[in-house]
Amino acid sequence: MTVILGQTFTGISIGAVLLLIALGLSLTFGQMNVINMAHGEFIMAGAYTTYVLQKSISSAGISLLVALPVAFLVSGALGALLEWLLIRRLYLRPLDTLLVTWGVSLMLQQLARDIFGAPNVQTRAPDVLTGNITLLGGDDPLTVANNRLFILGLAVTAVVALSLTLRLTPLGRRIRAVVQNRDLAEVSGISTSTVDRTAFFIGSGLAGVAGVALTLVGPIGPTMGTNVIIDAFLVIVVGGIGQLKGTVIVAFVLGVLQSVLEYSTTVSVAKVLVLVGIVAFLQWRPQGLYTLRTRSLV
Amino acid sequence: MNLLKGPSARAAAGFAGSAVVLFALAPLLLSDFRLGLLAKYLCIAMVAVGVCLAWGRGGLLTLGQGVFFGLGGYAMAMHLKIADAGPGNLPDFMQLYGTATELPWWWQPFANPLFALAATVLLPMAVAAVLGSFIFRRRVKGAYFAILSQALAAAFAIWLIGQQATTGGTNGLTDIQGFFGYDLDDPVNQRMVYFVIAAALLLLIALARQLIHSRYGELLVAVRDSEERVRFLGYDPANVKLVAYVVAAGMAGLAGALFVPAVGIISPALIGIVPSIEFVIGAAVGGRASLVGAVLGAVAVAWAKTALSEEFPAAWTYFQGLLFIVALAFLPGGLASLVGIVRRRRATAEQKAAVIPVGEAA
Repeated sequence: MTVILGQTFTGISIGAVLLLIALGLSLTFGQMNVINMAHGEFIMAGAYTTYVLQKSISSAGISLLVALPVAFLVSGALGALLEWLLIRRLYLRPLDTLLVTWGVSLMLQQLARDIFGAPNVQTRAPDVLTGNITLLGGDDPLTVANNRLFILGLAVTAVVALSLTLRLTPLGRRIRAVVQNRDLAEVSGISTSTVDRTAFFIGSGLAGVAGVALTLVGPIGPTMGTNVIIDAFLVIVVGGIGQLKGTVIVAFVLGVLQSVLEYSTTVSVAKVLVLVGIVAFLQWRPQGLYTLRTRSLV
Repeated sequence: MNLLKGPSARAAAGFAGSAVVLFALAPLLLSDFRLGLLAKYLCIAMVAVGVCLAWGRGGLLTLGQGVFFGLGGYAMAMHLKIADAGPGNLPDFMQLYGTATELPWWWQPFANPLFALAATVLLPMAVAAVLGSFIFRRRVKGAYFAILSQALAAAFAIWLIGQQATTGGTNGLTDIQGFFGYDLDDPVNQRMVYFVIAAALLLLIALARQLIHSRYGELLVAVRDSEERVRFLGYDPANVKLVAYVVAAGMAGLAGALFVPAVGIISPALIGIVPSIEFVIGAAVGGRASLVGAVLGAVAVAWAKTALSEEFPAAWTYFQGLLFIVALAFLPGGLASLVGIVRRRRATAEQKAAVIPVGEAA
């Protein structure tokens, strides 16, 4: 029983990381229907921001709290810059954006390598986050790592904040309008280019926050973005483009699935099985779990 | 089918002739080391021929060509390893780990040279057919297809690394000595491998050209440009795409198979996400829709990578990133489209030149 619960919680914590990584991507993917391969490097930028801040701030706890907003701003600025320089010119050719932003990601990786060196670096976790909490007592206790709980909380906070922004603020209304019907939004007086850039800022900023979270569970290195980006894309594909609800559900389902499969097979077999499962799922719902209702023919 | 069918048939014949002459001259002009590198680039160009067909013509951005390249490469390497070990012996790396006492069951068919040779092309095609029919039937397309193909490359590489005892893990299958009874260390035999590769590349280009200039080729472009219209005309776009995807997979498989004797190694690092995307960049830089452009682009980018990354590894990465950005954002037709652009510019300039005197007269 404890084993099942333990694996489930591991799965949920994998899911929380996936969710944080995919959340921003879901917004930028839904916004302009372009695929930003450099999203992984925005995550990396968030992680390195944490690293730099910890060098100058001695208290690990304070530096982590400072890193969250700063990483949001740094990665968000990178995203807005990328949108302004390249993506807005390409949004009618989404497949080309994929490769163009891959080029950007290569350059950002190399930049990180030149600035911080090729070997991975590490940050210190605050003392509060290093221990475990025992959730179930008894002979066979279920313990949960504090840093995993923190990431779960961060993911939930990010989802709630994004969801409220999209639902309640004028900006959120404009973003949803552009996602649903760009042309109609434009003729209704919404400046779609401004909305695009703002959405990119927020989405990329969320990547930065995900980067801060990743420093708690692994090393920081130039290739860390590449390692996570595929998983994030799979979450979006299965969840449905631009669908917050789908992203949240799928992130946790894939996380738990991965964790359970890893427990019963091996990590590499689990990856293959998850992919097979995704292809099978797309037979049932080719547009993902949730889709925008449109009048398009597909 | 007539090989000289379609527009610019004379240009194609000229290209084929000069390619044959160049390929024949290369061993005289290049050192053995450089010739080995050229053989490697030509293998990458073979993948680019498939990319040109699937992506340039069919709009299928496949970021997982490394999977098919790897399937072909591993099929070939498994046979060569078994042959190197000799009858009854295990390949060296299996003896090293000591986990296997006999050849794993899925290795055994590859002891047969004919099976292994057929598998280098048919195995990737079969995988592409299964996967493609699942994906295209349900109209999964565009970005979704690209991401799935990329995830496939990632999963395949991770799986290979995970099965260390039977696949050689991260190292892959290395140190391949012989090629169907010929010693690969001998420069004469290396030259032979080069000629096989050059001939195979020309064959694939001819095959792709025939496909492109056939009714099927027109259908493929039509599906790329407006899938719905093709469907309304009574065709099934899924089948059209499937053929391009499967043919491209077979081409990548053959390329992988010939890569192994040319380079002597196949490993997960050669077929994962990054190499899979690199297979696309050459075609993109040269011109994704033009066969010659894609092939020349692939060779040029692979050559630039060797030339630059030996001296300045960091500079190469920046350069590669810039290549992606410039080629795709600002020159989507690749370098091949420059010819057309220049020609059009000149035409408009001549028109203007022709118009001005009239204006002066008036």
